[in-house]
Order: sequence, then structure tokens, then C-alpha cells
Amino acid sequence: MSHDHDHDNELDPFAARVRALETILTEKGLIDPAAIDVIVDTYETKVGPRNGARVVARAWVDAEFAAWLKRDATAAIASLSYTGRQGEHMQAVFNSEATHNLVVCTLCSCYPWSVLGLPPVWYKAPPYRSRAVIDPRGVLEEFGLTLPAATKIRVWDSTAELRYLVVPMRPEGTQGWSEERLAELVSRDAMIGTGLAKEPA
Amino acid sequence: MNGPQDLGGQMGFGPVAPEKDEPYFHADWEKRALGVTLTAGAMGAWNIDESRHARESLHPADYYASSYYQIWIKALEVLLKRHGFVSERDLEAGKAVDPAATPKRVLKAENVPAALARGGPCDRPVATPARFKTGDLVRAKTLHPTGHTRLPRYARGKQGKIDAVRDGFVFPDSNAHGQGENPQWVYTVVFDGAEIWGEGADPTLTVSIDAWESYLEPA
Repeated sequence: MSHDHDHDNELDPFAARVRALETILTEKGLIDPAAIDVIVDTYETKVGPRNGARVVARAWVDAEFAAWLKRDATAAIASLSYTGRQGEHMQAVFNSEATHNLVVCTLCSCYPWSVLGLPPVWYKAPPYRSRAVIDPRGVLEEFGLTLPAATKIRVWDSTAELRYLVVPMRPEGTQGWSEERLAELVSRDAMIGTGLAKEPA
Repeated sequence: MNGPQDLGGQMGFGPVAPEKDEPYFHADWEKRALGVTLTAGAMGAWNIDESRHARESLHPADYYASSYYQIWIKALEVLLKRHGFVSERDLEAGKAVDPAATPKRVLKAENVPAALARGGPCDRPVATPARFKTGDLVRAKTLHPTGHTRLPRYARGKQGKIDAVRDGFVFPDSNAHGQGENPQWVYTVVFDGAEIWGEGADPTLTVSIDAWESYLEPA
């Protein structure tokens, strides 16, 4: 839950601009402000990286599901009831010892909302969007991730309507873990490719 | 267009600044900005390609000085004015002054879950067979369209390989301008880092884009 900035917003010209726009559209009957509340609640409490983590955990424990996820990610993910806006056309890409995958949208902010929720600010900002395709190792260093020099890096630039989910490698020492426990190891960044799955504590 | 949005390979923006335990929103107005953008889009007056084009058409200085939700709102004002929903006088007054065009629909709160779950699929049947197959060598055309395009500059003129044949998808270059969906095959095309960036490129790097068929020619 983010802290309350209401008192600051009274002074913020951009907050006033957004409020005015909402007021105008509401007065004209073009939008329902209660619909905005539902949208915000959806992305604050229902649709977020926990969804993606469950997809990854399932793929780790169920080879058949992993194969389905590789072949038809949209359907495999929908079987866990994660569907919808900015997840209509999904593609899962699997990390291996040989290859690390990294996802970016250099042209805007395309991101798999249905499994990761709303994108973080850095994902939408010029430093990441400009450098992920030319200097991915430098970018990963800024996330505290140093890959072996021999690891190949595949960058997926989301220039069309496919949305990419990185399936990180399952950490050692997690044999026999339940899906729920495994999902705790899967961070949002691991599913963008700017991180790895967490090691078991 | 060769606009401010086409960031791949640009320099000078400094380090990425990941924020630990980043909240979904950094101010309450961002929540309203998200909701206003989605509910206004749900009126059905414009498509996602037109909205992307409105964002990238902000002046570059404005685009780079704005946060992403600010970019959304600035572009939304343009779209609302263009389609007759909001006037300059409304915006100056901060309240409804002029009458508005009639929307195709108004998204009510009770319909939000279904609308979000449905999303907006944009795969479409294409009458002709795919021109390329997996493994084919292709070259991204050298194009500099003045309108909307999803072919990033760094890939133009470069040789790559078809990594996957996807589906038919709405063609954004025409759809953004009200010129129809004109679906085309989309391909994932993978390029060697050295092909794109030349001398000094990371030898372990490959970069892929998803490209509409008309962006490509046989290599």
C-alpha cells in the first residue's frame, strides 16, 4: 500500500490537472469515477507479480505444464485464470545455463500486466529502455546481477502485441518444495530478466 | 515517426534506478491518471495504436521531462480534444463548459472486471499465407515513416533471422491513423548484437523484435 499523498497533491499542479480532467469527463457523463476505483483496486490488490510467480512455480514442478507454457503461453497461463488486458498474447521464454533472457519495450511501456501487474517506473523510463538493447550487462549490474561472461543474453524488445514472461531457472536445493513455497522465490524482476530466482534461505 | 519514444541505443539518460519495494503508485494522482486513461479509452473512440502515437507525438523535450503517467495524461488530453469530448475551454475552466461528442459506451464500475479480463485481443486472420518461415534470413527495411510505426530505428537496414512466425495482427502503422486494421503476419526476428551495434558490441548479445511482414524483405 502506498502512503497517502493527498496533502501534497493540493499543491501539485499535475495532480490538479488530472483531477480537472476527471471532473470534466465525469460531469459530461463520459466516465464513471467508481470504475476508476475498481481499476485501481484491481492492480493494487488482485493483478500483480504473484500471478506470474505462480505460473513459474507451476512450470518448475510440472514438466507437462512447462511444455504447454513454451508452446502456447496464452492458453497455459489462462488455465491458471490469469487473462486479460496486456496479456492477450503471451510468450514465455526460459532461462538456461546457456542463455539469459531480458525483456524491454524500447518504444513505449509494453509489459505483461496479466501476470506482472503494472510496470515499475524504471521499466517505462528512458535509462532502461535505451540501454537494455545495447548494454544489457551494464543494466543488469545496476540491478546487482553479474552474469558469467560466457552466458548468452537474449533481449526481447516488445515491439508488437506479444507480451513476454521470463521463466527463471529453478534454484538448487528446492527439491520437494510446494508450488506455493517455490512461488515465494520468484520476484517480479526475475520474470523481466533483471534478476534471478531467489536462493532458498 | 522518428520521435522521442524510439529509445533503443540512445545514450545519456544515466543509470537505471531500480527502487526497492517500489509502490504501485507514487502519488494518488497516478491512480486517477491510470483510471481516467483506461475509462476514457473504453469509450471506444480511439484504439491503442492511436493512443501510442499521441504519446510519442509529444514534443521531445516534453516527453523526456515527463513521467510516464504524465505522458499518458498529456496525450489523453490531445485525444479527448481530437475526438470532440473535451474542449480547450473545458480544460481552462477545469470543469465541463462545452457539450461533448457521444461515446460508443461508458465503462461502469460493475463492468470493469469483465472488461479488464477480456482485454483487447488484436490478432486477426490474414488472407494470404505467411511470406517467411522460421530460419529465413530477412532484412528490416530502411524506412522513416512520418506517422506511427513499431519498427525501431536500431533495427532498420539490419539483417536478422526469422525466429518465430506469430499470428496475424492489426497493423499499427495504419490503425493509428484511422486507416483500418489491415492485419499482417508478425514475426519475431532475431539480430546479432554485432549486426546492430557493430564494433564493440557484446559478443554474447542477440536482440529480437516483433515485426510486421511489410517491415521485412528477404536478405
